[in-house]
Amino acid sequence: MSRRRRAAGGADELVLFSAEQYDALLGERAAMERAGVEPVEPRVEVDVPAPRARSRGRRGAAARAVEAGAASYAPPLEETIPGASPASAVSISTLTQTTKDVLEGAFVPLWVRGEVSDFKAHRNGHWYFTLRDARAQIKCVVWARDQRGIPAAPDDGMQVVALGQVTVYAARGDLQFSIRALDAEGDGLWRKALEQTLRRLEGDGLLDPARKRPLPRYPRRVAVVTSPSGAALHDILAVVRRRCANVEVVVVPAKVQGEGAPEELCAALALIARWCEPAAGGPPVDLVIVGRGGGGREDLWAFNDERVARAVAACPVPTVSAVGHEVDVTLCDLVADLRAATPSAAAEAAVPVLGELRDAVRALGGALAGAAGECVATRRVALHHATRELAQAAARATERRRAAVEQGAARLHALSPLATLGRGYAVARSSEGETLASVRHFAAGMPFHLLLRDGAVRAVAQGARRGQPLAVAAALREMEGE
Amino acid sequence: MTFEENVARLEEIVAELENDDVELEAALKLFEEGVERLRAANAELSRAEATVKLLVENGDGGFDLPDFRG
Repeated sequence: MSRRRRAAGGADELVLFSAEQYDALLGERAAMERAGVEPVEPRVEVDVPAPRARSRGRRGAAARAVEAGAASYAPPLEETIPGASPASAVSISTLTQTTKDVLEGAFVPLWVRGEVSDFKAHRNGHWYFTLRDARAQIKCVVWARDQRGIPAAPDDGMQVVALGQVTVYAARGDLQFSIRALDAEGDGLWRKALEQTLRRLEGDGLLDPARKRPLPRYPRRVAVVTSPSGAALHDILAVVRRRCANVEVVVVPAKVQGEGAPEELCAALALIARWCEPAAGGPPVDLVIVGRGGGGREDLWAFNDERVARAVAACPVPTVSAVGHEVDVTLCDLVADLRAATPSAAAEAAVPVLGELRDAVRALGGALAGAAGECVATRRVALHHATRELAQAAARATERRRAAVEQGAARLHALSPLATLGRGYAVARSSEGETLASVRHFAAGMPFHLLLRDGAVRAVAQGARRGQPLAVAAALREMEGE
Repeated sequence: MTFEENVARLEEIVAELENDDVELEAALKLFEEGVERLRAANAELSRAEATVKLLVENGDGGFDLPDFRG
């Protein structure tokens, strides 16, 4: 079944025949004996170079040995075949190595189902555990380099399916199943990995709703972290063109699935962070959309990578996460400032409609003119009021003064000597203008003036007498009448 | 001054003008500034062409934005 030269240091060469091959060999010998041919033991050739062509090679070798006839010497079969006799006993290393070779040749990598027990993550990075069912068990190993594709280490008691290769761990003689892919039933390991990461992010406060920043209302420049050839970018650009053509989109390419995708996503986000660093006059970009179109769970898995989630959380400008379809929620979605159901929805959330902007600016212009007009109108009304009040106050003040003046004038008039004249009295004045108020001021023949209500009279004093004026006047009238 | 800043300032100006306490001279200055902001915001809106760039870090610690060819 298997014959293989050991590459190095193998003194022993163990050649294994299948039962049929062995029977065939014995049959050949018997046939030769019956034909009267001198039986010749086939010589075992230890230097057959092509081990995979083994069974035909073996028969061919036997045939060549037969043709060689009696001329060639060969030891008895039992002594020649390694392990066929005490003399040809093989070493344990040979046995285990051959077992390993045989087993590895017999089994292609295959999926097995079983329950995990005795799980150990060794310091050297490899995982060791046992897979078992009700009747049997097998030791398993997951080499550190094979763990990358496995979302999380399994727990004891988990029902898992594992893709691996049956092999032999020669140093212990153990049968071993070397595992390359592993998942628990019902996506258990994916869920476990997700929950572990989620708890760590939560522990660092990255899921706190208070962390969520509002998106800028009017972004000028939007960075998009995604595959440059993906449907997501196409959708985002279409929405941006439709809604608001004057927003600039800056593509920051990254692989979004498969080997290296988390690293590229992190690198793209780090590039944006560096770009935003100088920050003189604000960051050069207002908003980052990170995402991809729909895909299978494994296709979206990069967006559940802890490093990617942390890079999104650390982004210096607000983030919108858009991974897959409506139903897909990734860790990136949870740490981003806004989770959009799809890349198109992300673009709609990020970018305003140009027409609405125009309307908003027009409304503001109206409000400005209105407010300014109102402002001036208010002032005008106030001015008008003030003017009227001033005029009224001035009028009132004038009126008050006029009244005072008139009152004064009336009183002055009442006191005026002219008013006395009005009542029929006369005032005597000398030619020098002195008031002649007493009889003593007069002398006989003295000229004087009499001031009357409507003029003045020149007069000459003829005689005078002191006494009570009305009595003197009556006396004087009598003298004149005599 | 970004579009967003212009719009925010405009809203501020309108609110200030609507306040009766503002001095007339200050109001006129505010109005002039408002008109200027309005003009800038409108200019920003009429910038027509959609542009798609690629973010590239150049060797000198700077960044380039060549046109993106999808």
